[in-house]
Amino acid sequence: MKYTKEHEWLRVEGDVVVVGITEHAAEALGDVVFVELPEPETQVGAGDEVCVIESVKAASDILAPVEGEIVAVNEKLADNPGLVNEDPLGEAWFFKMKLDDLSVLDDFMDEDEYKELIG
Amino acid sequence: MSDLLRLGLNDLHEELGGKMVPFAGYSMPVQYPMGVLKEHLHTRAAAGLFDVSHMGQVILRPKGSYEATALDFERLMPVDVAGLAEGRQRYGLFTNDAGGILDDLMFANRGDHLFVVVNAACKAADIAHMQAHLSATTEVLPVTDRALLALQGPAAEAALARLVPQVAAMRFMDVAQVPTVFGELWISRSGYTGEDGYEISVPDGGAEGLARALLAMAEVAPIGLGARDSLRLEAGLCLYGHDIDETTSPVEAGLTWAIQKARRTGGAREGGFPGAARILRELAEGPARRRVGLRPEGRAPMREGVELYAGETAVGRITSGGFGPSVEAPIAMGYVTADHAATGTALAGELRGKRQPVTVADMPFQPTTYKR
Repeated sequence: MKYTKEHEWLRVEGDVVVVGITEHAAEALGDVVFVELPEPETQVGAGDEVCVIESVKAASDILAPVEGEIVAVNEKLADNPGLVNEDPLGEAWFFKMKLDDLSVLDDFMDEDEYKELIG
Repeated sequence: MSDLLRLGLNDLHEELGGKMVPFAGYSMPVQYPMGVLKEHLHTRAAAGLFDVSHMGQVILRPKGSYEATALDFERLMPVDVAGLAEGRQRYGLFTNDAGGILDDLMFANRGDHLFVVVNAACKAADIAHMQAHLSATTEVLPVTDRALLALQGPAAEAALARLVPQVAAMRFMDVAQVPTVFGELWISRSGYTGEDGYEISVPDGGAEGLARALLAMAEVAPIGLGARDSLRLEAGLCLYGHDIDETTSPVEAGLTWAIQKARRTGGAREGGFPGAARILRELAEGPARRRVGLRPEGRAPMREGVELYAGETAVGRITSGGFGPSVEAPIAMGYVTADHAATGTALAGELRGKRQPVTVADMPFQPTTYKR
């Protein structure tokens, strides 16, 4: 598992990378009440805002961590946004991306580095 | 955080796992480990304990007769103070000469004096305002040695009555001063959640004991500012500085129920308050804009600042909005031009560059359960 500075986790499954938010991020957001997902089969650039998360407190964005194609989105989150708080690392993944070259993930933090970031 | 004021119960909030944030100059618990959503639902299902000690408590002590103080205080508000019975509380509004709202407040007739509770962010200005205008008849005495707790929800009566049996007999907006082991409690049957419940002023020395005694009961959980906001929004209640301010009149804000007959045109003590020209005119002719409830379509909340459109025409703006945990949908309130204020009017709110449907709706969004 890899981590971004924006508190996303990235998990490789074959030639796709699954993207979600960390427990730390879910806790900081508070109860999530709405998730807007991207359209599948769209090409996105690194840093593009691809999802909107609304918690009881505020709205925030999820950014595409790398350039690639969104190949799947987790429709369950549209009906049950609370999953983000219940199981952020498992059932509450947001989208899957297909990358040309998985080695770009090497630049992201590993678990120890991420733990150091959130102190 | 060092220049933030600490609540008397700060250590208890931290012990309970409260997440402390700055609010109106105080370090306040925004939520506890239960989280905003569950705290909100717990309050509607059982009872929630809120620390609202940041609010201003003030005694208006007559230098002469109570009636002279009541009539003097009345000159600051479009509200019937003189007609308020002993042992009763009423909602009030300080207005300015332009008919805007300086603050909203609660005041109670306690026989030989008045007790006033004002918003935290406005309390210094409110006290100065009262001192400037009431000094001929009244001593304005800020109460600085008391905490203020609110116990809200359907189990509030049963919970508080275990400690103070007299509260069961109180009706909505009754007030009572009751000697207890926690010191003399100043209790009103009121609150700001839409639920039945009480606000309890308690001497600093007894506040922790009272809070712990209530929290030890199975029905009672500590509730933070986050749920306080979603509860009052569902109840359709205004948050000063957001839904009402110095530019909004009480008529625009839909607070005409707070302007009793005695102060209206033709009433026994008509007018004579700041901004009377505008407020009485708006009462007669209707205001140019109105505060309305709003229900966004779908699940995306529309928050403060979202612009509202009828077709291509900008007609207003949201002043409070979020997700209503009990109504299980996004809810909001805001101001729209009077011709778009009818319940059921279809509007659009601009959310992240896209216009999304939103409908003008009746408030409260959640039925209130006051014990009248």
